[in-house]
Amino acid sequence: MEIFVQQLINGLTLGSIYGLIAIGYTMVFGIIGMVNFAHGDVFMLSAFIALIFFLILTTWLGISSVVLALFIVLIIAMVLTSLWGWAIERVAYRPLRGSFRLAPLISAIGVSIFLSNFVQVAQGARNKPTPPMIRDVIVLFQGESGYNVAISYKQIIIMVVTAVLLTIFWYVVQKTSLGRAQRACEQDRKMAALLGINVDRTISLTFVIGASLAAVAGTMYLLYYGVVSFADGFVPGVKAFTAAVLGGIGSLPGAVLGGLIIGLIETFWSAYFSIEYKDVAAFSILAIVLIFMPSGILGRPEVEKV
Amino acid sequence: MTAAASIQQTALNAGRQPLLSVRGVKTYYGNIIALKGVDMDVHEGEIVTLIGANGAGKSTLMMTIFGNPRAREGTITYQGRDITKMPTHEIAHLSIAQSPEGRRIFPRMTVFENLQMGASINGMAHFDQDLERVCTLFPRLKERLQQRGGTLSGGEQQMLAIARALMSRPKLLLLDEPSLGLAPLIVKQIFDIIKELNEKDGMTVFLVEQNAYHALKLAHRGYVMVTGNITMSGTGKELLNDPQVRAAYLEGGH
Repeated sequence: MEIFVQQLINGLTLGSIYGLIAIGYTMVFGIIGMVNFAHGDVFMLSAFIALIFFLILTTWLGISSVVLALFIVLIIAMVLTSLWGWAIERVAYRPLRGSFRLAPLISAIGVSIFLSNFVQVAQGARNKPTPPMIRDVIVLFQGESGYNVAISYKQIIIMVVTAVLLTIFWYVVQKTSLGRAQRACEQDRKMAALLGINVDRTISLTFVIGASLAAVAGTMYLLYYGVVSFADGFVPGVKAFTAAVLGGIGSLPGAVLGGLIIGLIETFWSAYFSIEYKDVAAFSILAIVLIFMPSGILGRPEVEKV
Repeated sequence: MTAAASIQQTALNAGRQPLLSVRGVKTYYGNIIALKGVDMDVHEGEIVTLIGANGAGKSTLMMTIFGNPRAREGTITYQGRDITKMPTHEIAHLSIAQSPEGRRIFPRMTVFENLQMGASINGMAHFDQDLERVCTLFPRLKERLQQRGGTLSGGEQQMLAIARALMSRPKLLLLDEPSLGLAPLIVKQIFDIIKELNEKDGMTVFLVEQNAYHALKLAHRGYVMVTGNITMSGTGKELLNDPQVRAAYLEGGH
């Protein structure tokens, strides 16, 4: 029981991070029907941006409050990563729009390789640790075997930040004219243009939103693990993509749900079975779900009135 | 409108610059030519109809006016301005609205949101007023405001497509087959609404139709398109009485 609750907390934390990345995959897929393989590396890049600015703020500028520093870092990481997301779309994907379907996909793989190598060259190949940030934990209860069920401040911060940002994001997509334009382009780009929507700009905006949420994930990842390396884009990227597919690619709530499920599967499998096979478990569940629900858990089957 | 009045109208237009003017427009899909040099004018305050068989290129002309697909040759001018190479979304900002072929309503948005999309060009100014107006024109939509577009019946979707186009208060309204697949009673309703918009609000309408009888009866002027060429033009009445038009588009029931 204690282990169960503890793993539930851990799993939800990890799942929040996956969910944030998964939104980037699902939104981009929704609007241009392309899997943005570079998204995982954008996430990794954002973790590095967060690390660099965290060090600048705490050591050079001497900001002593970690929470304040984190807040500033989060904002900076979101802004800079958005710029990267915007630039990547502009340089690598937009010129290929209207070309054959595989072209942007290949281009995305190229961007992915470029980003991880760029970071490797610029930051070195070794793991980069952060100075210890927040280490306090709250002990929720103690089991009879002496096993403490604890939730750390870090985990609370991660879950709260994720929840708040997802709420803001949800509001933007559902209630503002920007979000409406975004959804319109997703459903019918040609018609959206006929109604005066600048489709190219909306697609750019989608990349910007996806990248900024990846930056939140990157900052949270850094906070959680306290270490990041140039290769860290790949595995979380693939997991988040899996989450997006599991939840139903194209569906925003699906991406979050998928992220949480993948996070939970991973932590529970590690706790109860074997840590080596946690990825196998996550991907097997994906395979099984897709056999029975080919469009994912919340994905919509392709039936529409014409 | 009587024949005399419509001839008068045509004469009146002769001296004026047309609102929309299409000159020698050729459009291709890849290497296949769809429009083979189309000339056409729409004057302010008119209802102009374009009739023709399936695959004649009517809808292509509609979309070419909006630059998607783009005309490879020829020019399209609107209010004296060359819009041939203008991006589609900028053309939409010139107060031209289109209810396109296949209706193309956003299926996973509510009726209300679809209408909001129509109004986004003028930044939602006078949205409430316009909403009120389209709800009066199409009371059916008012009952369905919170329903998703994809769940509407075909006729309701058609109404929504027209209502959405009206939300931007266009000067020129392009309607692509508003009667397609609708019950005769609803077709009549929709044609009455088009007439009302034209007479009361002075809206200029360019109407593409296969339902030639209704369209020609309604329109001031008409064009006939056959495989990418305009083969005939004249007032609605002239075309309605033309033996060739009758034989090709009208005999065998309206």
